[in-house]
Amino acid sequence: MTVLLEVRELSKHFTARGGLFRRAGAPVKAVDGVSFTLARGETLGLVGESGCGKSTLGRAILRLHEPTAGEVWLDGENVTALSGDALLEHRRCMQIIFQDPYASLNPRRTVAQAIREPLEVHRIGTPVERERRVDELLDVVGMRSSARNRYPHEFSGGQRQRIGIARALALDPALIVADEPVSALDVSVQSQVLNLIANLQRERGIAFLFISHDLAVIQHVSDVVAVMYLGRFVEMAPAAELYRRPRHPYTQALLSAVPQPDPARRAGRIVLQGDIPSPTDPPPGCPFHPRCPLAVDRCRGEVPALRAVAEGVSVACHLIE
Amino acid sequence: MSAAPLLEVDGLTVEFRSLHGPVRAVDGVSFTIGAGETVGLVGESGCGKTVTGLSLLKLVPSPPGRYAAGSVRLSGQDLLAMPESGLRAIRGRALAMIFQEPMTALNPVFTVASQMTEVLRRHGALGRREARDAALALLKSVGIPEPEQRLDDYPHQLSGGQRQRVMIAMALSCDPKLLIADEPTTALDVTTQAQVLEEIRRQQATRRMAMLLVTHDLGVVFETCARAIVMYCGVIVESAPVAKLFSAPRHPYTTGLLESMPRIRDEKLRELPTIPGRVPELHRLPPGCRFADRCPRAKDDCRAVEPQLTTAADGSQVACHHPS
Repeated sequence: MTVLLEVRELSKHFTARGGLFRRAGAPVKAVDGVSFTLARGETLGLVGESGCGKSTLGRAILRLHEPTAGEVWLDGENVTALSGDALLEHRRCMQIIFQDPYASLNPRRTVAQAIREPLEVHRIGTPVERERRVDELLDVVGMRSSARNRYPHEFSGGQRQRIGIARALALDPALIVADEPVSALDVSVQSQVLNLIANLQRERGIAFLFISHDLAVIQHVSDVVAVMYLGRFVEMAPAAELYRRPRHPYTQALLSAVPQPDPARRAGRIVLQGDIPSPTDPPPGCPFHPRCPLAVDRCRGEVPALRAVAEGVSVACHLIE
Repeated sequence: MSAAPLLEVDGLTVEFRSLHGPVRAVDGVSFTIGAGETVGLVGESGCGKTVTGLSLLKLVPSPPGRYAAGSVRLSGQDLLAMPESGLRAIRGRALAMIFQEPMTALNPVFTVASQMTEVLRRHGALGRREARDAALALLKSVGIPEPEQRLDDYPHQLSGGQRQRVMIAMALSCDPKLLIADEPTTALDVTTQAQVLEEIRRQQATRRMAMLLVTHDLGVVFETCARAIVMYCGVIVESAPVAKLFSAPRHPYTTGLLESMPRIRDEKLRELPTIPGRVPELHRLPPGCRFADRCPRAKDDCRAVEPQLTTAADGSQVACHHPS
């Protein structure tokens, strides 16, 4: 498999600006030195709790947030070095799907206008060809072409998410960043949209960076899973391996915390103590050590590096050989 | 369970004014909760579960809402027929509620201590000093770290999990007989959710308090409740002990919900099971069974006659012409 996306030591820090009555705050290290590669047509599931930096990472890769440091290579080109027309040209290859399709669709534009817009921005096709493409895309996401002249508010959440997906597909991207695409949907609709995404990935060979807090959803769509905590990857492994044998204590706790209709799982629950520390003031050493049931002295002083421990499996923990 | 249940909801019907005329968000819902019993009320958005929960404290905003029919009896007293002054003596005392988003339920301009002592002083007739001590003991009992400092914090200074613990402590302050918890952990992260659910379970068991847990999350119901009630489009479609509901659901909607629920599986599935179509709008309900259009088992009778909730010998209920 060829590498599509390579992320090297990517960081995104936010600084609270100082003002008349306020000193400039310490930077929030939302993403702190993340590296990984994603093969063409593969799905990387990015999982973590709120504030862990997963959405910021997705946006920094697309340069919707300007990275503070590090590089993003897509298809052999350094995206972080591009600007102007070259960047616009490259954005064709990478698209995003948001959590709330109602907030991301312009309420005053019809479905056809919304899906056509990327084609117009990139000056692709004639007006007639664009119209044909809109119908084709609606068909791909399982909607009737009668939807084209209606407005976003006329649709349910699941249908709006299908419109968002059609829009993301308009430019035939090689990579789609999907940021919590099914979190706002009800269970019965959620599974319809997940199946659609899985089919698109199989049939069109699109690579996905699929961001979610939901481990069950991540398992269904991912080839590889990365677990994030306070701006860093703590574990990355093939999906089957991660769910069968979670190695990092945080991954283990996260997996055991998911409420499941299965009495066997409840018995093995690990209930963590305390809250996630504030990213403005991360603890020294391993960011997870204040909540880790296994922490030893070394964890309090030294930051563990992400290193390979088995075929395709990397973990950032001092206790794992 | 004793002979007379703690809570008896009978034919509860709540109408809302809408552009399309009055719609029934809750349409003839009846159920009981025994003393110390934990019941889960589950369904997807718009099924009427939250309105049902609010109705138990007569908290549905009116207008646009209206109690069109039915009764809610707590220890025999009909709350819907009671004047507001009588309700105030019951809310927060015999009946307490916790909400999904504690940041909106807590007052941002008062400290934790002043909000907690208000309840204690009003219902418990405690003095200032005693109320503060009682609040401290409650915060300790729900596992808040450094409770003395937290008393003088404002809600925004607490994390989401701590806020929800404060809400639980406040709800417990007058030893309610029934706690209504509406999506208490939906806004929380999984690891925090596990902590808060653990706390709710512990409090419920030690206080022998009954609980109605309103949620969309079947996993949470399975782990927390003894019995579950499933709602669809304003009506109850199934009610059964949790173990039975999960292992042998009888209503096709329950089956569909359970199958399409994303869960961690031993083997990844190629295709997730789904429920085709979508929930009908309340002003355009089909004749007959409300689920018929999406149901794999629907026959002609389902499209003509609305099925009634029937009770089996073991007390479990289902509203379906062709249950499994």
